[in-house]
Amino acid sequence: MAVHQSLEFERSLVELEAKLLELKHSHTKGKVDLKTDIKKLEKKLQDLKKKIYSGLDPWEITQIARHPNRPYTLDYVQLICEDFIELHGDRKYGDDPAIVGGLASIGGRSIMLIGHQKGRATKEKIFRNFGMPNPEGYRKALRLMYMAERLKKPIVTFIDTPGAFPGIGAEERGQSEAIAENLTVMSRLKVPIISIIIGEGGSGGALAIGVADKIMMMEYSIYSVISPEGCAAILWKDGTKAEIAAKELKIGAKELLKLGIIEKVIKEPLGAAHCSLEKAARSVKEAILVSLDELMPISIEMILEARYKKYREIGIFYNPSI
Amino acid sequence: MLKKETGHTEKVEKARKVPEGLWVKCNNCGEIIYRKEMERNLYVCLKCNHHHRINAYNRISITLDEGTFREYDAEIEPVDPLGFKDIKGYKEKINESQKVLSVKDAVVCGEGLINGKKVMICAFEFAFMGGSMGSVVGEKITRLFERALKGRRPVMIFSCSGGARMQEGIFSLMQMAKTSAVIAKFKDSERPFISVLTDPTTGGVSASFAMLGDVIIAEPRALIGFAGPRVIEQTIRQNLPDNFQKSEYLLEHGMIDLIVERKNMREILSRLLDLFKPDHIKRDIEPATYRHRTTDASQKK
Ligand SMILES: [Zn+2]
Repeated sequence: MAVHQSLEFERSLVELEAKLLELKHSHTKGKVDLKTDIKKLEKKLQDLKKKIYSGLDPWEITQIARHPNRPYTLDYVQLICEDFIELHGDRKYGDDPAIVGGLASIGGRSIMLIGHQKGRATKEKIFRNFGMPNPEGYRKALRLMYMAERLKKPIVTFIDTPGAFPGIGAEERGQSEAIAENLTVMSRLKVPIISIIIGEGGSGGALAIGVADKIMMMEYSIYSVISPEGCAAILWKDGTKAEIAAKELKIGAKELLKLGIIEKVIKEPLGAAHCSLEKAARSVKEAILVSLDELMPISIEMILEARYKKYREIGIFYNPSI
Repeated sequence: MLKKETGHTEKVEKARKVPEGLWVKCNNCGEIIYRKEMERNLYVCLKCNHHHRINAYNRISITLDEGTFREYDAEIEPVDPLGFKDIKGYKEKINESQKVLSVKDAVVCGEGLINGKKVMICAFEFAFMGGSMGSVVGEKITRLFERALKGRRPVMIFSCSGGARMQEGIFSLMQMAKTSAVIAKFKDSERPFISVLTDPTTGGVSASFAMLGDVIIAEPRALIGFAGPRVIEQTIRQNLPDNFQKSEYLLEHGMIDLIVERKNMREILSRLLDLFKPDHIKRDIEPATYRHRTTDASQKK
């Protein structure tokens, strides 16, 4: 990574990496043989990485999920698709850059690919509205999903948003209605749907493209009904309690797999996806292809029945009469 | 519709176990009003027409024909699926709410009659954790639509909710998908879903079933929206327009069908049910005969 923007818990790694670089540099200059020292340090770095990344708490995972260098939808598209033609606009109001979508080819199959899109540099961040869609973004997604249904293309969605945009225009144009409509339509859409949470799964704004037959999460992504900060502000009346809220909300991939909400956790390379885009992309591609192989041979009637049943049964309560 | 006063007074007592004073203060204009007077006016301020929040049983009793309500699934109770603890534990909060209110969670569902017409009805209890939707609310609404689908009945839901119940984490988020999925199925039934939005209807409730009504009605000046006004103000750092996210504003922007005052609600619902009534004309004319008939008709000319 050229510019390594580091998180707090990554700092010791960054220091070690710098030291290693220095050592390698003096080694190539050829004055002393530092081979064994380099080897030792490399091993130490690897061990430290393993140690840090195996014991991350939910708040640290939240930081990784939002890491500025984390791959976004179009980064993955570039690495996993043989072809991609982006399609624009909702045909009603506008084109929302916070959601991208289009026809893509992956492993020789053509799919409809839709995802939230964040920006990296300041200008692009603003252009993408920090990955927070307006209603027209959800309506564009809906239009593309209807197209996929008619043309019998499976749908793959990439989820990565802090949430649907809370703004005046968004409310005026029916943010609630746009999300609700997607939820109800996706529950019965007659093509297989695969969703991958690649970064932040922010509440209804994430779910609005996430009603799927198979939901997968990247190892260090999060999926939550409310942001830890928002939750802390409401329940603790103190936004700084986000760290505790993150833990209480159970937002990590492993926890959501245990709770039966998602079907699979996609393993990330050591040091998380931003340390090796190619490796992360390979895992994502494989997960998509395996899922397509699983879903495509099944009749759509059976898929719809299973999809309905899955959502019908989510919820834990006490029913004394049963 | 005002004939049922005696019926609902009793239900008020049922819903709120704590006795209340003789006088109430309008929380909009501050006027002190005799409680009985306020009840007779369906909890709408006699001075400023402010529609006060009413509890679930009360809502049902002012909507249905007297004595026709049959409750469903009253016994379903919330649990604490995540072991969630903020300043208090979630369990503790549930117990506290259940102690003060005579409901187990934030909705009351059942069936009854409106001017003799059978409907499936659901009303939110805002006093139960802000009317928030967790597993119990999602399940009861889903069952209501399933019953309506089976019995071919119209559904009406009176929403009054701040959104999803955070303490149930992802389970509460998924109730949005669950309720929206059952509505997709219900819409095969040729029966209407009438969604009534009352103050407030926001977050995960507005972004799921509440906005999926065939007809969407709001009470006057109800707060309706996806994000809360304070969140919006903090995000965009601008003052919000007058009336923003109020019923009147939504009507103007094409987001709801009607604004109906509480005193007229029952009548409007009844008329909608009549107009939506399935007609029983038997469609037995085959395309071939139809063509034949039209040819006959033209030949006669
Ligand atoms: Zn008043």
